Amino acid sequence: MRNRAARHSLSWLPPAVYVGAVLPAAVLAFDAFSGLLGADPIKRATHQTGQLAIVLLLLSLGCTPLRLLTGWTWPARVRKALGLTAFFYALLHFGIYLFDQNVMLLSVGEDIAKRPFITVGFLSLVLLLPLAWTSTPQSVRRLGFAGWTRLHRLVYVSAALAALHYWWGVKQDRTMPTLLALGLLLLFAVRFVLRPRKKQATPPASLS
Amino acid sequence: AVTRKRVLGPYDTSEPLTSYQSITTYNNFYEFGLGKDDPSQNAGSLRTRPWTVRIDGEVRKPQTVDIDTLQGWFPLEDRVYRMRCVEAWSMVIPWMGFPLAALMRRVEPTSKAKYVKFTALLDPKQMPGQRSRVLDWPYTEGLRLDEALHPLAFLAVGIDGKILPNQNGAPLRLVVPWKYGFKNIKSIVRISLVSEMPKTTWALAAPDEYGFYANVNPAVDHPRWSQATERRIGEVARRRTLPFNGYAESVAGLYKGMDLRRNF
Repeated sequence: MRNRAARHSLSWLPPAVYVGAVLPAAVLAFDAFSGLLGADPIKRATHQTGQLAIVLLLLSLGCTPLRLLTGWTWPARVRKALGLTAFFYALLHFGIYLFDQNVMLLSVGEDIAKRPFITVGFLSLVLLLPLAWTSTPQSVRRLGFAGWTRLHRLVYVSAALAALHYWWGVKQDRTMPTLLALGLLLLFAVRFVLRPRKKQATPPASLS
Repeated sequence: AVTRKRVLGPYDTSEPLTSYQSITTYNNFYEFGLGKDDPSQNAGSLRTRPWTVRIDGEVRKPQTVDIDTLQGWFPLEDRVYRMRCVEAWSMVIPWMGFPLAALMRRVEPTSKAKYVKFTALLDPKQMPGQRSRVLDWPYTEGLRLDEALHPLAFLAVGIDGKILPNQNGAPLRLVVPWKYGFKNIKSIVRISLVSEMPKTTWALAAPDEYGFYANVNPAVDHPRWSQATERRIGEVARRRTLPFNGYAESVAGLYKGMDLRRNF
């Protein structure tokens, strides 16, 4: 069958996305060990992992709208890889932040509670936890498709908080945060317009 | 690397110097771009000779003076100062220049002079970053007159005995080591003595985040991040930030009776 053949021929795609998405982390690690990250390597690493996390998260959110707009099926097959690697970078981003605070847990807790900029970033990461946890087919079965879908809508909240975190984090130049926020809004809009509607029993008479 | 040997004066820190490479390639100088390495890559378009500095306002001797004449007025000194950026990183920099107070005394402020306003070059042709409206150009900064007369306040024309690289604010920049780095206005073309507190660039851009005084203060956080610690460029672990960047003993008296939480 054509469908099955197409599915089979694209089996390389998700692994390729994993490799491609993790590659920047390898480059970052290489640069870090070779002293190529400039005068403030920790800040550079924090920024790069944060940017990668939010870009990958946005790409994962783009999969379904792209599928709905084009009818292609491959975007749905890379969504999980994009989402999980976004989570990987968010964790890395948070880990570097913890390291940077000398793991002074008291000051980290204070930072998260006191500074909205940190609070929303932390919340964004926390919301990704259950999604990463339930990213297996077994979880879909256990939760039921409807329940799983409902749970995974949290990704919108997480992405919005990540965009806000990015917006608040920059000193003056808001080009990148603005582009990302616009991208996010566009994806929301596409989803809203293309959302599955309840089937109408009879089409309006004027159209028939 | 920095190699010149020198005897430390009363204002110098004995802490290890930041590498000349970092001092000259890790810069905030938005006139040449927003990235830290943009200034060192783009500041070649700045022409620092001929260069004049206008000194005016509440002074008995207003004048426009050539930069070479100006720096010839005073013996050039070395000063090893800590520099603490508001972004919570810091350096130790061997400046070369002369005390701001020496220039102030020479132009003779009148009794109406209460503040000093500094203005940087405005020229989008030489400073491509000014084509973006990220800040309200030209960059302006200010000090209270007593701050300007403090012996730590310094005008730099060089680093490590060499002429200032363009990306570090050539040909003339302010250095006030007990304040956040953004007070240290670069590529100065005008110094005006005024009676009212001048409007300064970052205070205009984000008044809730940057104040006129901008004294280094670990107890007063930036609204979005902590100022309690800093990273010395070249080191991995953060260190505690000191009140007035470690210069409290000599400058705290300037702010006696002031609420430093409100006057941040």
